[in-house]
Amino acid sequence: MYKIVSKKVLNPTVIQMEIDSPLVAKKAKPGQFIILRVDEEGERIPLTVAGTNKEQGTTKIIFQVVGATTEKLKHKEVGDYIADFVGPLGVATHTEGIKSVCIIGGGVGCAIAMPVAQEFHRLGAKVTSIIGFRNKDLLILEDEFKEASDKLVVMTDDGSYARQGNVTLPLKEMLEEDPSQFDLIITIGPLIMMKYVVLTAKPFGVPVTVSMNPIMIDGTGMCGGCRLSLVQDGKRVMKFACVDGPDFNGYEVDFDEAISRGRQYYDFERHAHEETCNLFNKEVK
Amino acid sequence: MANMTPKKHEMPTQDPNVRATNFLEVATGYTLETAVAEAERCLHCPTQPCVSGCPVHINIPDFIAKVKEKDFEGAYQIISLSSSLPAVCGRVCPQESQCESLCVRGRGSVPQKDANGQIVKDELGKPVMVKSEAVGIGRLERFVADYHNVYNTKKPAKPQQNGHKVAIIGSGPSGLTCAGDLAKQGFKVTVFEALHVAGGVLVYGIPEFRLPKSIVQKEVENLKALDVDIETNVVIGKTLTIDELFEDGYEAIYIGSGAGLPKFMNIPGEGLKGVLSANEFLTRINLMKAYKEHADTPVNHSKKVAVVGGGNVAMDAARSARRLGGDVTIIYRRTKAELPARAEEVEHAIEEGIKFQFLTNPIKINGDENGNVKSITCIKMELGEPDASGRRRPVEVLNSDFDIDVDEVIMALGTSPNPLIKSTTKGLETQKWGGIIAEEETGKTSREHVYAGGDAVTGAATVILAMGAGKKAAAAIAKELLKRN
Repeated sequence: MYKIVSKKVLNPTVIQMEIDSPLVAKKAKPGQFIILRVDEEGERIPLTVAGTNKEQGTTKIIFQVVGATTEKLKHKEVGDYIADFVGPLGVATHTEGIKSVCIIGGGVGCAIAMPVAQEFHRLGAKVTSIIGFRNKDLLILEDEFKEASDKLVVMTDDGSYARQGNVTLPLKEMLEEDPSQFDLIITIGPLIMMKYVVLTAKPFGVPVTVSMNPIMIDGTGMCGGCRLSLVQDGKRVMKFACVDGPDFNGYEVDFDEAISRGRQYYDFERHAHEETCNLFNKEVK
Repeated sequence: MANMTPKKHEMPTQDPNVRATNFLEVATGYTLETAVAEAERCLHCPTQPCVSGCPVHINIPDFIAKVKEKDFEGAYQIISLSSSLPAVCGRVCPQESQCESLCVRGRGSVPQKDANGQIVKDELGKPVMVKSEAVGIGRLERFVADYHNVYNTKKPAKPQQNGHKVAIIGSGPSGLTCAGDLAKQGFKVTVFEALHVAGGVLVYGIPEFRLPKSIVQKEVENLKALDVDIETNVVIGKTLTIDELFEDGYEAIYIGSGAGLPKFMNIPGEGLKGVLSANEFLTRINLMKAYKEHADTPVNHSKKVAVVGGGNVAMDAARSARRLGGDVTIIYRRTKAELPARAEEVEHAIEEGIKFQFLTNPIKINGDENGNVKSITCIKMELGEPDASGRRRPVEVLNSDFDIDVDEVIMALGTSPNPLIKSTTKGLETQKWGGIIAEEETGKTSREHVYAGGDAVTGAATVILAMGAGKKAAAAIAKELLKRN
């Protein structure tokens, strides 16, 4: 059992928790993920590590309430326990040799982008961050990004805060101004956003790393549920996000397949989420 | 006088039409009377050919003799000397190619007798011959283990600790066997398991209807009673490394981390929704209990399912899909005679209405406009010259391709080794294909004090072979560490 030691609501559907997990906290690096189960009957879900406190032995996670499991987790409070918490899994984000990086986060993906930005900042690289949200109410982690970035651009789809538009808009402007200003672009967020970041960067030839978050069960390379296709030298190559990723070369990823596969259990998940919400509502009444 | 009936006593099973709709155990086990009658078929040969067919060398004639005497606990104690998981092996071992294949009773044919003991003759007056069957060793082993698990109340005596610490990676059949053997000799054993529950493939892979999880749980409890610690949620190679385990004071390490990444065919359409590995399908059902109505983990209840492959895992996947309501076809590129699955599993699958498409190989999976599987294109095969494995190599028949309409495709093609431990352990040598290199008789690897066995070394094989490797490594570890005293 793993104890919840802190909980903070970042916006109406995004919650941050710190979990007592000394072995994970000791090892986890930016870009890696954990797998948790809320209770004995629960499913295993992967969440990217949003930070660690090695002294206290805690691991920070930030999650959006999208299904039954995250709904159940939302209802857990400080001092409660969750059944399982295992990691760190996956390969950490490569930072070697990068002097100037552009980090692009979208929505709750910013929770994963943030520790990556902090790591590059700590290593002395020049960090430009572009973070995008649907609207002002969904904005998270602005202060943290400000602190970790040499330059920060905030975008909202509806213009209710900061600049209106997609994250690709400022990216394109920056690349047109000086395509050599970034050694690397790292993007973390919805698949469709990452796909367009890749398309935007392509004419300028700047490398793009994308962080994939597919469906997983074991997270250790056993089930193959997280597989995705890369196109390398015209040939399709199968990779497993849990052990080969979650970071991949954005120019190689078959996003359309990944988007389709990500919706495999959409109906089940929506139904399960509704049922779980109803259950909690009944308890409240 | 031995019971000379040529046939072994039938194993009672659930009716195929009933069991194809539930996940309860298919075979319900011998009664006490049947077990004793079957035991009486054993001739107690002085040469004990059966024992040499058992990878862990259980003293089979002696335990069967105890069954004859109705001393079932005595029989259990004899099995326990060699096997840590008798209730499991009695259910999942391929006895027909091991102990039972060498049984004297299984040789030749004898005249058939009617109910009055008279020899049955054909029209020409010649006796009708029936093929003799081996003693049902596996069925008796299962009976003895189940009897013990129900009636035994005595806890095993805790062995005196000898002060040596051993770490075991993976709580599958290999790791549990190694742990049991070492714990019985007084070693302090900790088993590290990556998943949230112990048992490895016995829990995530083999379905409930073939191996109830309560039985695995019981075997794990038996080990805990010997003071074996089991640490779940620890991925060696990630959470901790082999080197860190040595720093923590473990003097020897056994790697029994099992098979790894599932194989796919590398044909078009494997990224479609509705294509999955047997590992994923079975893990959803067995480990995550997705077959239960209110489970949090989803699994598709597909109407028409193709399972590609012919091993035990293919049978398990096909029979599970059947139980979820599917019309299931197994696609296998050779013929029935070459199916690598246990004979009993193939028979059970046929009884449950699983169809087989032999001499057939998929070449492409086709999807609809939403990216869901709608059919699988296959090509006919014929058997050519024998390949390296000695089996005749299937070759494609030109222009013989045809489509089968399906909404789910499950790939049961085996696995390739998991890279996690190899990539984080300096000096651990592996084969080109990724398997850890280990001495067959001891499990010794290229790293000092590191041993390995089971699927991590051999690639996908059987539960009992993994147990045999765990047993040999336990003996070698004990020898190495006790020499230090």
